[in-house]
Amino acid sequence: MAKHHITATLNGEPVEFLCSTRQTLLDVLRDELNMTGSKEGCASGDCGACSVMVDDRLVCSCLVLGAECDNKKIESIEGMADGEKLHPLQTKFLEEAALQCGICTPGVLVAAKALLERNNNPTETEVRYWLAGNLCRCTGYDKIVRAVMNTAADMRENAK
Amino acid sequence: MESIEFEKPETVDQAVALLQGASGNAKILAGGTDLLVQLRAQMLEPSVIIDIKHIEETRKLTKNSDGSYTIGAAVAGAEAGDRDDITKDWPGVIEGWELIGSTQVQGRASLGGNLCNASPAGDSVPAMVAAGMTVNIAGPNGRRTIPVEDVTVAPGRTCLEKGEFVVSFNLPARPAGGGDAYLRLIPRTEMDIAVVGCGVAITLDDAGVVKTAKISLGAVAATVLVVEDAAKAIIGTKLDADAMSALDAACQAACKPIDDKRGTIEYRTKIAGVLARRAVTIAAERAGEK
Repeated sequence: MAKHHITATLNGEPVEFLCSTRQTLLDVLRDELNMTGSKEGCASGDCGACSVMVDDRLVCSCLVLGAECDNKKIESIEGMADGEKLHPLQTKFLEEAALQCGICTPGVLVAAKALLERNNNPTETEVRYWLAGNLCRCTGYDKIVRAVMNTAADMRENAK
Repeated sequence: MESIEFEKPETVDQAVALLQGASGNAKILAGGTDLLVQLRAQMLEPSVIIDIKHIEETRKLTKNSDGSYTIGAAVAGAEAGDRDDITKDWPGVIEGWELIGSTQVQGRASLGGNLCNASPAGDSVPAMVAAGMTVNIAGPNGRRTIPVEDVTVAPGRTCLEKGEFVVSFNLPARPAGGGDAYLRLIPRTEMDIAVVGCGVAITLDDAGVVKTAKISLGAVAATVLVVEDAAKAIIGTKLDADAMSALDAACQAACKPIDDKRGTIEYRTKIAGVLARRAVTIAAERAGEK
């Protein structure tokens, strides 16, 4: 069948793409739109490396079809920094070396940003549960969780 | 691989016509958290995927004037969990729903999908059964409403006929003195498939005597079970030690589990009784809260 013609917004900008039914949003981002920040880890919704926001909900882009995204608001890791200015989470992850190989990092950052927008003062338990779907195989969870907690503390301080 | 058609009907009738007219295997898409995994693993080869999320009825979670709820089949767990009303009225139903997968999966996973995937271990199902929820099914012969426990007939198989799909669910008003709970056992703290799940809904009178009870077990048989003897064991009691022992024994007697890497038959059976005791205790505490 003919490909689907989809119109959406990606990180605030209008985008158009063609996709087949089988292509996931992750396939579309990486292969059609050349946005390779979102990673494919498991392609079955277990690892969270492909995390994006669709209509303000955190989802795995490997579990969304491109064809579903007509008129959707999509936000990926590429939209997190404001030009050259990094998001506070990105800065903190660099300062505290909260990453090793970096494959899980885009998904962790997108998921952590979604958490801090809902809850600017999460407990460690809340951070760990929220990020339970973001797997890091370099065993870096403690640094990741600390960086998220410390970013939240900075953001609360700066908001005063 | 053959290409797959993709349809997004805006009415129930259009969806039924598409399901009925499909030449091959038609699959319904709601949250996609099972469907896309199965597609990727080539476990199924649909001719058409029908996205039901453009049908308004499937996307709405409404509290009705009588205190009951109508829950669209494609409403995501995260959307329900953000609602104070249903979370307060039926915490057990929400607990089961919100145990499905990660935060990301919660952003998509629906009750309709969890039920129709027909896994014996679906986490949302025992609490839905205990709460007395029913399913609104649309098909070529119109609509029918059946209890949630009647939908799954075997692992991976539902009673839905060709052309039928689940549009929404009915959840009763929380009764006076009512409380519910869902507990599951998994070997880790998050992100796993239930070894045993137990949903409980009870009502207590002013003296703390159990008036009504419905107890449901998941992952211990081919389909989710309703354990009537477990309910009988506690109705008319104040949940004293004898009643709890009888409850435990009735749950164990109802189990017909499989042996696998997640748990042996003996382990699953024993845990079913333990979870039932704990879930009843939580439901009773909630029933006592005003």
